[in-house]
Amino acid sequence: MNEITPMSDENGEVGNDGHSHAPAKLGYSPVAEIPHRLRVTDTDPKAARRAERQVASMFTLSMVFIILSVVAYVTIDKFAVVYIPVLGEVGASNVVLGLTFGIAVFLIGAGAIQWAKKLMPDVEVVQERHDMVSEKEDDNLAAANYERGREESGFARYKMIRRSLLGAMALLPIPIIVVLRDLWITPPGENPTEILSTTLWTKGKRIVSDGTYLPVRPEDLPVGGLVSALPEGILEVQEEEHNLNARGKAAIILVRMDPEQIRSQQGEGWDYNGILAYSKICTHVGCPIALYEQRTHHLLCPCHQSTFDLADSGAVIFGPAARNMPQLPISVDEEGYLISTQDFAVPVGPSFWERDRT
Amino acid sequence: MSTTTDHPVEQVGGATAKYVDQRLGSNKFLGRNLGKVFPDHWSFMLGEIALYSFIVVLLTGTFLTFFYNPSMVEVVYNGSYVPLKGVQMSEAYASSLNISFEVRGGLLIRQMHHWSALIFVAAMAVHMFRVFFTGAFRKPREFNWLVGVGLTALALGAGFTGYSLPDDLLSGTGLQIIRGILQSIPLVGTWAAFLVFGGEFPGTDIIPRLYAAHILLIPGIILALITVHLMMVWTQKHTQFPGPGRTNTNVVGYPLLPVYMAKAGGFFFIVFGIIALIGGLVTVNPIWIFGPYTPDQVSAGTQPDWYIGWLDGALRLMPNWESVIAGFTISWNVLIPSVVIPGILFTGLALYPFLEAWATGDKREHNLLERPRNAPVRTGIGVAAIVFYGILWIGGGNDVIAAAFSLSFNVLSWALRIGLIILPPIAFLITKRICLGLQRKDREKLLHGYESGRVLRLPHGEFIEVHQPLNYKELAVISAKDDLPVLPAPVKVDADGVRNPNYRVDQLRHKLSSFFLRDNIERPTDAEIEAGQAHAAHSAALEAPLHDYEELDQDPVGHGGVLHHPGMPMTNQEQVDQKQ
Repeated sequence: MNEITPMSDENGEVGNDGHSHAPAKLGYSPVAEIPHRLRVTDTDPKAARRAERQVASMFTLSMVFIILSVVAYVTIDKFAVVYIPVLGEVGASNVVLGLTFGIAVFLIGAGAIQWAKKLMPDVEVVQERHDMVSEKEDDNLAAANYERGREESGFARYKMIRRSLLGAMALLPIPIIVVLRDLWITPPGENPTEILSTTLWTKGKRIVSDGTYLPVRPEDLPVGGLVSALPEGILEVQEEEHNLNARGKAAIILVRMDPEQIRSQQGEGWDYNGILAYSKICTHVGCPIALYEQRTHHLLCPCHQSTFDLADSGAVIFGPAARNMPQLPISVDEEGYLISTQDFAVPVGPSFWERDRT
Repeated sequence: MSTTTDHPVEQVGGATAKYVDQRLGSNKFLGRNLGKVFPDHWSFMLGEIALYSFIVVLLTGTFLTFFYNPSMVEVVYNGSYVPLKGVQMSEAYASSLNISFEVRGGLLIRQMHHWSALIFVAAMAVHMFRVFFTGAFRKPREFNWLVGVGLTALALGAGFTGYSLPDDLLSGTGLQIIRGILQSIPLVGTWAAFLVFGGEFPGTDIIPRLYAAHILLIPGIILALITVHLMMVWTQKHTQFPGPGRTNTNVVGYPLLPVYMAKAGGFFFIVFGIIALIGGLVTVNPIWIFGPYTPDQVSAGTQPDWYIGWLDGALRLMPNWESVIAGFTISWNVLIPSVVIPGILFTGLALYPFLEAWATGDKREHNLLERPRNAPVRTGIGVAAIVFYGILWIGGGNDVIAAAFSLSFNVLSWALRIGLIILPPIAFLITKRICLGLQRKDREKLLHGYESGRVLRLPHGEFIEVHQPLNYKELAVISAKDDLPVLPAPVKVDADGVRNPNYRVDQLRHKLSSFFLRDNIERPTDAEIEAGQAHAAHSAALEAPLHDYEELDQDPVGHGGVLHHPGMPMTNQEQVDQKQ
């Protein structure tokens, strides 16, 4: 048992080496010099039968699990929840379907591999390789054919044809690129620079809080507080435009701090009694920002951690953003509600090529 | 098969085989290829995992298309997930919720789709490492490396477009970032962003467009490239690791039928089954928690899928440079990390096989894989690239890491910024040194055998450590090392006073070749190896009396501290003589 058997054996009598009885024409030979250890299944018929049973039972079990998965599909209520340790409360249907189907499929694979490992020959065989380069004969044939094609088509001779064809092929991609122009059907008179530079904020536009859409009074804001806000009428605009574009530009945050602590602003008197309004859209790549540290007046972007100092004109103090958070000048109207006094002075959101030409 | 008939195949495969063959001539192909030999090694399984998980991606993805609705039209959710009842959301998000809650098995398929996509990209990456570090990309397999690089890039594209489709808060934020990146491209960026999004961000066009790319364009190209990839493997025959009987001109392994087919086919079901199990047990991308996308909301600590993490990390670590030149804005802080760095990385990947072949002057065909230690510079470059990638990847989670370990993320970010520049070269040097050390060890083994760890005191009192000859397998593996000479330095003006017109190029090539090869520890000659192994065998034989002794029933006699029994040689020479 467990002999080291060199596979040079010609008569095919040694164990179950598999290939000793293969016709010589198949083009490979067992590796002669490599000692080969016979498996138990090669020498002990009992073990081989045991392996056979193992493989067959895996395939049979797979059938059982397939049926179970169908049963689970039909019987388990899709809203049923089970508690499973580690996983917690999970959907019963999902877990049982995954388990039954997964095990069924896995068993097919496990059976096949067990079969290959225990019962199929485990003798490595050798096949010769050949260089990828073509034989001289094929080479000549290819060259001759190419030469014939060149000659018969006159590709070399007809200079005019050749050049005009190349020209035509070179121009062909142009319309394919040109037709992409209307990926954005540009409304007359509009251009990206202008669109990116204007928002819904205008003189006297009321500020409403996000969620309730009710106008905000200065006294609604505690010192140290931060509120996400939008221009009044945003919902109507969304309804009309059928998109969220206006919201993506106009979103602001309102913060209130002790007026003493405001070191600088982007414009004279742009705050209202210590209430400052900043764009909510990060100047880096445009994530909405609302992580505010009250004590330091720092605003942190959750995406790439750019940090802005809201007490100091929204200046960048850390991270990859290059520009201050744009400030929105605010005041109150005669009814005491917060309003914007004009649009942002600079485009909000990420920079773009034409940004500083506006 | 002792009898031969006119149609031997008919005997084996029945009338069908004959029927098909008469129409397709398929037996010619089968006859040649059913016995095709595939070498075996655990690392060859990595590419298989990628292939099989891609098949699972296709199957599960097809199922999802039956239910998913790629529309950004706003609807009010009225499904069975109570927390979102009455919330405005896009149809895309609503249909993704329906797949998760209403369609039986839908969540399982969705999670299998996501998991298999993650595994697909991961397996590709590790497969690529294997190919790189073993030099499998060398001639004649450069084209297949290029196809692989293309597949990797496409896989990232497939992953990202798919990630964006549910239109939840997380995926929308990802799109917002893509918009920012597009806008940072000089000259055409603003328009590019408007064209891609069909106007302003977010618009209503992006989801249907991503859908077309995700289910048709990208998988179509991936499928075509995978076919080309496999056909090339088939034609060129798989590479193999060095080992007994394995040469550059043969392939040692198992024939396609039955062993390889059973193992590879079985492995497909294993991968499929494991993905189903993970999909059933482990939640991935629970979109219902994130809520529908709206451009003015975000949640903290959000992370992209793992393969996008390095790009996100690059965006985070980049210093905030921006310049205005002639009135035009260039956002280096976005352009460099998200366009320039990936561009350089992928271009470098694609060109590497050609650069290395040019630098080392190696024009031979390689079917035998190279052990990473035997190409110290390549291995060093690979490890340096992985370290670079790894730091960017860690950077992608710097907020989570800082929070988890109570670190200041400012300090962490700075450490990563500095690390990104200094750690890859350090990793290169360390890796190269380790490789050279292993090469020395190999040379030592070839010349003196391996240290058995058994110290023997010889009868005359000398202590030696017994060296054993290598076993046939290790000997074959180690002695397969393949040395290349450094390309000679070019002469500027030759003996006849003729100037070398390519002097500068040749000089550069000489330097690069020297960079790659000069520290190589040369493999001993065959004669030296033989002598070394014979010597080791000799030394090992010295110990034999001890072993012989253990077999005896007699009590050992102490002699000068050495176990000794009557008839044993007393001197070194005596012992050797006796053995011979």
